[in-house]
Amino acid sequence: MELTANRSTCIGSGQCVFTDPDAFDQDDDGIVLVLRPQPSAGDELARATEAVQICPSRSLVLSEQSA
Amino acid sequence: MTTATFSTQRVDPYNPPAEHLRLQREAPVSQVPWRNDTTIWAITKHADVRTVLGDARFSSDRSLPGHPTFAGYTSASKLKNLIEMDPPEHTAQRVRIMGEFTVKKIGLMRPRIEEIVEETIDTMLASGNSADLVEALSLPVPSVVIAELLGVPFEDHALFQENSAMFVEADATPEERVAAMGALKQYIGGLVAARVEQPGDDILSRQLAAGASPEELTGIGFLLLIAGHETTANMISLCVATLLDKPELLQQLRDDPKLIPGAVEELLRYFTIAEIGGLRLATADLEVGGVVIPAGDSVFALCNTANRDPEVFPNPDVIDFTRGARNHVAFGFGPHQCLGQNLARLELEVVLEAVVRRIPTLRFDGSFDDISFKEWGPNYGVYTLPVAW
Repeated sequence: MELTANRSTCIGSGQCVFTDPDAFDQDDDGIVLVLRPQPSAGDELARATEAVQICPSRSLVLSEQSA
Repeated sequence: MTTATFSTQRVDPYNPPAEHLRLQREAPVSQVPWRNDTTIWAITKHADVRTVLGDARFSSDRSLPGHPTFAGYTSASKLKNLIEMDPPEHTAQRVRIMGEFTVKKIGLMRPRIEEIVEETIDTMLASGNSADLVEALSLPVPSVVIAELLGVPFEDHALFQENSAMFVEADATPEERVAAMGALKQYIGGLVAARVEQPGDDILSRQLAAGASPEELTGIGFLLLIAGHETTANMISLCVATLLDKPELLQQLRDDPKLIPGAVEELLRYFTIAEIGGLRLATADLEVGGVVIPAGDSVFALCNTANRDPEVFPNPDVIDFTRGARNHVAFGFGPHQCLGQNLARLELEVVLEAVVRRIPTLRFDGSFDDISFKEWGPNYGVYTLPVAW
């Protein structure tokens, strides 16, 4: 699975960072940085899924990896 | 106000109004009577509340004709703040300030917040063996935090607290509210003007440097003050009152302080104190939960009820510190989700940890039933919380 962020819609709530500080960060302007674009199955993927779910601006997308 | 008007009044201190929960079960998107013989769409399910709050076509712009208002609040001036704006105006201001509220930057405030909390508890304990917790702890902590964040001199903190309390005081007349808002906006305007003359290393100066106009910044400063003060105070009081009323929960935190962040999250969900953050105006025909809401209709996304949606939160009325549900909407959802939520979480964590650790004999001075709750108003909370130790 591939995790991507739409940095133009991000509102900097930091909820993804709270969910998994190893997978997400914020730049100095508060905008999301994806540190782990390919979460492995299991715990990493579960937390990525939660981050996608709670993102208040729906700026995170988890999709099938493109070939 | 007619008796039939849809009401946010909380009768049961621990639960949303029964009528809101009934709507959630029976008619989760339904038109109900609203003020001045109008109607409003009450949205009560978690998914539907997120749909409304996540779509800016449900406008937050209170200057639009027909935008729903609450309990006669009128703005003291034409100054708009972030919560009253739609994109792209909102986006530009939010993006400019959100870098001040990142998880990392808020985390750096922890040592200073711990100091503030320790000092406030020192003062409370030194004052005797009983106090009104609201006055002694709940209001001072966030007041000092937000004042320091804005660069407000300490000698002006009392003015802050009084006016902020007046703004949300249920018994205040509309004139008193407007006067308090005016005084605060004028004060913040003065702070901003001083930073224009002489910039410092503070949030207002950085916003000016980033291109904020003094007028915009006054609106933002006012919002940070109002949003960061009384709301956090209410949550501190409600958390402590709940722990004293339910000793088994207090014992859990004593036995394992690592539960505190989870306890904060759960109590945020449980009380969801911001009553009116979900008022919107539909600017197009928009579907919610299978119902088309016509353009021009008022909408009320009820976050408190959404956070008791059993489809999302099993046994929603049970307070469970290990629930681990962070998908609640206590801070709202969408572009207007609370800017200061990470600061609020931090303050609540630090205060609860210190109260549990430092005041083992804390008890009600009276009983839970004596507490006067803010049943009406823009934020739920308690007026006074008499405690002894």
